[in-house]
Amino acid sequence: MTAMQIIFLITAIVSLFAAFRVVTTPNMVHAALWLIVTLFGVAILYALLSASFLAVAQVVVYIGAIAILMMFVVMLTRREMRDRGPQTGRQWPWAALISLLTFGGLAWMLEAVGLPNAPAGAVPESSIADLGRALVSPNGFVIPFEVASVLLLAALIGAVYIAWTRRNA
Amino acid sequence: MIPLNWYLMLAAALFALGLFGVLSRKNAVAILMGVELMLNAVNVNLLAFWRYRAPTEPTGTVFAVIVFAVAAAEVAVGLALFIAVYRRFNSVVADDIDLLKW
Repeated sequence: MTAMQIIFLITAIVSLFAAFRVVTTPNMVHAALWLIVTLFGVAILYALLSASFLAVAQVVVYIGAIAILMMFVVMLTRREMRDRGPQTGRQWPWAALISLLTFGGLAWMLEAVGLPNAPAGAVPESSIADLGRALVSPNGFVIPFEVASVLLLAALIGAVYIAWTRRNA
Repeated sequence: MIPLNWYLMLAAALFALGLFGVLSRKNAVAILMGVELMLNAVNVNLLAFWRYRAPTEPTGTVFAVIVFAVAAAEVAVGLALFIAVYRRFNSVVADDIDLLKW
């Protein structure tokens, strides 16, 4: 048991418990807070995988923007500050069965194939610079990058248009 | 070192929990939270394979960055839709939003 393994196991247990609370807690604000814990655990996993840029982007984009946006919408879409009654539909045992089967199938498949036990070599020092160059290089990923920019612009305009208040409608 | 299997198992569990949330929750915002959990599980997989198979290539991280952008766009449009639906129906419970149900 190395230190990395212990950190991984603690992170895994905390984020899985938080994810479980996200999908089971009846209080929506608590669900949003547990979601932040899970996202933070995933950011730690990225750091363990030496993906430093993605770890920071996870905290900034997911926790800083997405989770806070979720919390605002939870607060904007409630008639009262208390959630009444069960928050899961009648069909929840089927949902549990399907998710357990999905996990079982994936776990069985992972056991069946041989996977490496140690990372392949070291991440180069310039990995963040390489990522930046690859995103804007014509030989790299400039077209997916531009398509993602257009998608974000379209989502921005669409979100403003959809949520706009029409005063005389 | 941490075996690759551990990361993939954790991602599979996270994905299954997100799937359970999407299928069982009534509140539409909670369904979107389940989708976020599943997208995060996919990203953990992508980065784990990048680290254990080809850490010198930027391809895996580029893929994860694109997933980030798509997730942000999806959340922005989804939450705007829920706010519009809330104005119209005064509820974000998925069972109440049945205008297109035939």
